[in-house]
Amino acid sequence: MTGLEELKTKILGALPELDVVIGWEQGYDALNATPLFIRKPEDVERLIIGPLCAHNLATYLPGLKDKKVGIVVKGCDSRAVIELLQEKLINKDNITIFGLKCDGVVNLNKIRKKIGDLGQIRKVVFDSGIITITAGETDHQLKFSEVRMDKCDTCKYPNALLFDHFIGTPDDRQNGIEPEHISDAEFEKMSLEDRFAFWKQEMSRCVRCYACRNACPMCVCRDHCVAVTRDPHWISQENDTADNWMFQMIHVMHLTGRCVECGECERACPMDIPLMLLRRQMNKGVRDVFEYEAGIDPQGKPPLLTFKVEEDNIPEREW
Amino acid sequence: MSEKKFLKNESVIPFIEGLAGGRKVLVPVCEGDAVIYRPYRKDCRLELTRMPTISPKDATFPRTETLMTFKQAPVAKTEGDGEGDSDAQPKLELTETLPEEKVVVFGSRPCGARGKSIFTRVYETEDVKDPYFIGRRDNTLFVSIACAAPETTCFCTSVGGGPADTTGSDVILIPVDGGYVAEAVTEHGAELLQSDLLTSGADKAGEAEAVIQKSMELLGDADDFSIAREKLIELFDNDEFWFDMSAKCISCGTCTYLCPTCYCFNITDETAGKSGKRIRTWDTCMSNMFTMEASGHNPRTSKANRLKNRVGHKFSYYPSLHDKVIACCGCGRCIKSCPAAVDIREIVKSAQEYEDVNE
Repeated sequence: MTGLEELKTKILGALPELDVVIGWEQGYDALNATPLFIRKPEDVERLIIGPLCAHNLATYLPGLKDKKVGIVVKGCDSRAVIELLQEKLINKDNITIFGLKCDGVVNLNKIRKKIGDLGQIRKVVFDSGIITITAGETDHQLKFSEVRMDKCDTCKYPNALLFDHFIGTPDDRQNGIEPEHISDAEFEKMSLEDRFAFWKQEMSRCVRCYACRNACPMCVCRDHCVAVTRDPHWISQENDTADNWMFQMIHVMHLTGRCVECGECERACPMDIPLMLLRRQMNKGVRDVFEYEAGIDPQGKPPLLTFKVEEDNIPEREW
Repeated sequence: MSEKKFLKNESVIPFIEGLAGGRKVLVPVCEGDAVIYRPYRKDCRLELTRMPTISPKDATFPRTETLMTFKQAPVAKTEGDGEGDSDAQPKLELTETLPEEKVVVFGSRPCGARGKSIFTRVYETEDVKDPYFIGRRDNTLFVSIACAAPETTCFCTSVGGGPADTTGSDVILIPVDGGYVAEAVTEHGAELLQSDLLTSGADKAGEAEAVIQKSMELLGDADDFSIAREKLIELFDNDEFWFDMSAKCISCGTCTYLCPTCYCFNITDETAGKSGKRIRTWDTCMSNMFTMEASGHNPRTSKANRLKNRVGHKFSYYPSLHDKVIACCGCGRCIKSCPAAVDIREIVKSAQEYEDVNE
């Protein structure tokens, strides 16, 4: 991501017409960014862009739909904006998009997996594909390609796909990238019994905090979610593996043909449950059956939000 | 405090296995990147150096707890079935399920073990005694590991704790070269340390002290949150302030569920056919449903109202009712695991420093 000064200038220019512009600022230490809500010109100074800006800010848009909102987006984030527009959950007239070219964002879990808890983080430097984290008196050097989010490994859309202002120079990387992540092939080698045993173990530690749901830009039911309704009481409040699994399955199924694979569910999960594995498997099915990818074309129709009398790839009459 | 003993690294596993006699032993294990408490198993990935992702409160206040089970007793058929018995109520058989299991938590941090001291003021008062919490608390021992490497999100010393705070622990272990200096905090803790696996640790007292001193230095100066009690009340009706503070909050329950001191619950009857159970589960004030009333009215419909409650409860309402004790252990889980990096310290500081520009 480049062009911070250009971005600041563009935001300052647009701010008088907007209620708020959502970007990122430095969080509580050098390794953490946090969403920034710019309401006054002086707030713009706090803006940052870069590999720490993982949060998909489109998550906030449905909650601000009666406001004039500016939003800074990476390629994957812009797909969520497009999907929300397709579903008429937000109104483009109210939104000003500042599009970026993204070079990947950091997955803090991967960093912790490599070097454990970091203690007091003093400084973080990104240089030539290497991230150097100074924690306490120690310098930890890691390859960026090993600690970026999984979605960045297979990213075909580094540039914002929809924007009012594009910042920097677009990346022309598009070809030669496999849609399947390497970990999916490993998973698919497992027998169905082993897969189920794997998920039972993973789901047993879900605390049903609903961070995955609330971080998801496409999970727009929010306060009316089926998981917490009391009348009817669809899902038990019991926090056991079966009920956790039921909730997570509902979450995935409600995203069929809508999930843009931004990875926010998995990033938000405090229990590090590999939720993107479920999402990618489901998206693979959508690609195979409907030849569709969510959040690419603002005029497109998500396959389960419409119907064809005869689907091209579902040979019903031959059954 | 009692005499100092030494538990060398190689003896940790045998010591944990020794604890298991008659007790369930919960230990921090690594699953994915998360560190969670699980019953000890020989093949578990024990993780004693990182702070557990989730607090150990599940041991004394479980995520799901069955309060009682019930079933409808079959109604005996009588002569002239149906006609004369139409007023008869079906009989319900209730079975209370009080906790009896003995548990020891090995590897909690002082900030996590301290959490239950906040619960006690609410669940064990003159008027109200919660037999479920009290039963579990009295049946659960905590062997805590003092904190040698605080993180950027740690602030225990600002809320009355410390890297080797003993509140709520039965044994405190201080990590030193080659093992842990062990000290009993309670009589039950002293019994746990009767094991032959421990040797004298008197010669390592200085080293242990230096570890804690280093930890204190890393934590830096403590913040003074004492005026938050009044400032948060003053700001109660300042919607703009709370609107700003909560802008990035996504209203999930991560902060409250990982928190060692959040003690709110929900009660539901989960039935299947003619039998079922009444369960108590963790609830979160960050949820819209938390304050949904039977009439359909909800006094806290916005996330601003809900975040105000979380911060206000910990730093103002609870201290006002309970001898100025802040209902926070400073473990920083709500900051570190928040998907939006909401920082409760910053909110409290902003409230303390708030000046009304219109006045």
